Amino acid sequence: MNPEVEILLIAVVTSVACAMPGVFLVLRRLALVSDAITHAILPGIVVAFFLTGSLTSPLLVVAAAATGVLSVVLIEAVHRTRLVAEDAATGLVFPAFFSLGVVLVTRWAGKVHLDTDSVLLGELAFAPFDRFVVGGADLGPVALWMMSGILLLNLALIVVVSKELKLATLDPALAAVLGFSPVVLHYLLMTAVSVTAVGAFSAAGSILVVALMIAPPAAAYLLVENFRPMLVVSAVLAALGAVGGYGLARWLDVSIAGSMAVVCGLIFAGAFTFGPERGLVSQFRRRSAQRVEFAARLLAVHLLHHEGTEREDVECAVSNLNVHLGWSEPAVGRAVAFIVARGMTVDKGGVLHLTEAGRRFAEDLTAGVAQPGSV
Amino acid sequence: MDAAVVPAVEVEDLTVAYTGSPVLWDLDLQIGPGTRTAIVGPNGAGKSTLIKAVMGLIEPVAGAVRIFGKPGREVRGSIAYVPQRATLEWDFPTDVLDVVTMGTYGRLGWFRRPGPSERAIAEAALEQIEMSSFAHRPIAQLSGGQQQRILLARALAQDAEIYLLDEPFQGVDAPTERAIVRVLDDLATAGRTVVVVHHDLQTVAEYFNHVALLNVRIIAAGPVATTFTEENLRLTFGGRVGVLAARAGSV
Amino acid sequence: MEIFGDWTLRVVALGAGLLGAVSGFLGSFAVLRRQSLLGDALSHAALPGIALAFLITGSKATVPILVGAAVTGWVGTLVVRLIVQRSRVPYDAALGLVLSVFFGLGLVLLTVIQKRPDAAQAGLETYLFGQAAALLRADVIVMAVVAAVVLLVLMLAWKEMKVLTFDRAYGESMGLPMARLDGLVTALLVVTIVLGLQTVGVVLMSAMIVAPGAAARQWTRRLGSMVTVAAGIGVAAGVSGAVLSSVVPRLPTGPTIVLILSGVVGMSLLMAPERGLVWRRLQLGRLRRRPRQEPVLMHLHALSLQHPDDPEHGHEVSVLRTMNPPDTDVEGALTALAERGLAGADGEGLWAPTELGRREAARTLARLDLEDAR
Repeated sequence: MNPEVEILLIAVVTSVACAMPGVFLVLRRLALVSDAITHAILPGIVVAFFLTGSLTSPLLVVAAAATGVLSVVLIEAVHRTRLVAEDAATGLVFPAFFSLGVVLVTRWAGKVHLDTDSVLLGELAFAPFDRFVVGGADLGPVALWMMSGILLLNLALIVVVSKELKLATLDPALAAVLGFSPVVLHYLLMTAVSVTAVGAFSAAGSILVVALMIAPPAAAYLLVENFRPMLVVSAVLAALGAVGGYGLARWLDVSIAGSMAVVCGLIFAGAFTFGPERGLVSQFRRRSAQRVEFAARLLAVHLLHHEGTEREDVECAVSNLNVHLGWSEPAVGRAVAFIVARGMTVDKGGVLHLTEAGRRFAEDLTAGVAQPGSV
Repeated sequence: MDAAVVPAVEVEDLTVAYTGSPVLWDLDLQIGPGTRTAIVGPNGAGKSTLIKAVMGLIEPVAGAVRIFGKPGREVRGSIAYVPQRATLEWDFPTDVLDVVTMGTYGRLGWFRRPGPSERAIAEAALEQIEMSSFAHRPIAQLSGGQQQRILLARALAQDAEIYLLDEPFQGVDAPTERAIVRVLDDLATAGRTVVVVHHDLQTVAEYFNHVALLNVRIIAAGPVATTFTEENLRLTFGGRVGVLAARAGSV
Repeated sequence: MEIFGDWTLRVVALGAGLLGAVSGFLGSFAVLRRQSLLGDALSHAALPGIALAFLITGSKATVPILVGAAVTGWVGTLVVRLIVQRSRVPYDAALGLVLSVFFGLGLVLLTVIQKRPDAAQAGLETYLFGQAAALLRADVIVMAVVAAVVLLVLMLAWKEMKVLTFDRAYGESMGLPMARLDGLVTALLVVTIVLGLQTVGVVLMSAMIVAPGAAARQWTRRLGSMVTVAAGIGVAAGVSGAVLSSVVPRLPTGPTIVLILSGVVGMSLLMAPERGLVWRRLQLGRLRRRPRQEPVLMHLHALSLQHPDDPEHGHEVSVLRTMNPPDTDVEGALTALAERGLAGADGEGLWAPTELGRREAARTLARLDLEDAR
């Protein structure tokens, strides 16, 4: 296979493999666990690499993933002491692990081919050099095999326990009552994140794995409502991020992993800005359309409220509305125009009166107080 | 209400909305000076929002709040606020007296540190709420009821005209409830205005003389005797009226 | 000491110590306000600013680089706030997103720089892990100025800072300018983090913010002493880390300082009086040594239920002993119960629950039933 194609494939598989556990992390408010784990696996990687001499040895994956899970256990233990808040516990534990890893790497720098930059930053371009050779036959890059394996593991995990994970995510108490131990599920997920982070770090580096785990699921969270589509959309966006990132890196001749993170970030920015329901643009459109209508409804209720009271002439005079409601004159004008045009109000000598239709409208609004916005 | 009396709190045409849907809808409410008013309503009725709007902590979509006839911003010092204790972080490194002294900060202004006179005010406030022996206890070691009491003591140290209390009886022990009620009595005697977000319908008539029934809009407001009726409660709480009516009838 | 005669080392130690002091001051408030991870996002978001400043000015001069870092770090916090306010993406995901994507952008820019023919770029990578040895006298002066400003702000606005941290809404209700103070503190935090990037590096600066405050909280009961102790811990860790990494070959500064800090935190969580785990364990032991009265009362109650006509029918202590684990101090428990008026012995040393004791036991049973039903 052409090395370019191989790199692209590795990028796509890595990206999708990261996004799968990422969906659960985002939904369960555990996004920063990915930050903690990707940093905390470093000492495990260093020690295992020192022992095995290979970055793709299964032993290394197991040892490093175990370090990741250990860091989560430690964070939770520190938090459980109630001596520090959870965010502080996270912020205390993973830098300690990471520092230990960096010191180990630097101290042994002469003895092993592993340097801090590559751990932190990753270098996808070198991935095709490490070949998977069985009986003399070249079966492609080891990284591709490893990441494909991890992707399959993640997919298998999702297929087997997605119902339980979803339940534990949405309603931990119910899950526990139904006999799905939230603790077991939690650590299954943490193990998946750790294994994925270990597999991905040589391609993407500690910090960029965080982008691959969080950005596509966060974008999908803004685009779709349900859990299953969110998984699919996350996978598609992750693949897009990988392809786009690779293209950008080739075009500008820059770091592939960095570009993938940037493109994933851009994809999120796109969903955040242009998302059909939840995007900024549609929020803005909806709000400006709603503003006049909302003001008109408010005005109708106000008129109903003061109808027949002795202060009606004061409260319901067009010229006083800006003072009473605290609105600007143009805003009052728009609301009055809206409500008069729909035949709900008549203007008698500068004082607004509800018509029969307007009265019914306002009464309906206040009757349905539970959901006033739904009318 | 006598038209000549300037209301302590006057809410006029107040609408507050979060992301487009109104939480408070065209509210009118007048709270007379020296009254003790309970704000009662179901969850999500906008009780805490109303308190925050009165303090000027949220910007309304429409309408205005006036404190003794003036915009809220101009008379900030005359309102003392007692937040729900669960909203605070109690593992904060300080002692009871220090928290109570915070009540004097508003008067002190920038740069000035609290001195002996502020300390004396705080100690008097602790005395009033029967917590003097706790003055130097770290706040992390307090029970829920004690936390609630020192928040009230802090408001007392502010020596305000109007006291706004957000669910002060939520989950407190009986001695605390009695101590708080005694303080409310003291405040009433001193002619202060007290507004309390309250959830226990059984004690409304006992603790308060005015009530405002709220469910996104004001359903009814006025003296407890004429306002706190089964019919008004039904309008306020909707479906769960059976239980509520029984409770209201028992008062 | 001989090593402190070394001019460079003195500069380095002073710089790292000042950084530790400022981190301790501001970090205490960040920890109490649950903003521990904001520093993490902020320091990562500074990386593209460092690279951009270099691309624009073409020099490694400290000031433009720090300005660039501060600008993108600040933008990062704004983006986090924008995402949280305008979408349903939760705070933690927004933080993770900003820190990783900004870092990725920084990485892309660094690889752009690496391709430039002018070899001046060497050294930008030191911002990843920090290199205290590269600190200059001018850097230390900047740090001293920032430390002085932070100290001044804390001293002048001490009571306002206290209210902001403990109960912001209450501060606003009194008319204290909480929003402005919050902005000022965040700005100072940005400046501190950016200054720390040279010494500790992008990746580990957040630990510098969190650790001193978290450790100091365990030893102190007052905000003032917490902030002071935190600054002290920061200074000690900064100086010793910088010295150690200068003396020992191939020992990076940032990780060394963080490991020292982690040791201090670990020790604080274990040993601190009143709060530490060891202390708590000792307390627990003391509690455990006190005879446990409740089971004995329940057994007395159970025995008395067997005599419905005569609930105060007496029982031998030996009967109660067989009902409890062998190491139970049954006599001690009975004495304690008697002191509380829950049990009593007749003239022959036979024990029975009093009326009050039976009521107490029944109440406990009801509570246990309720818990079981849940």
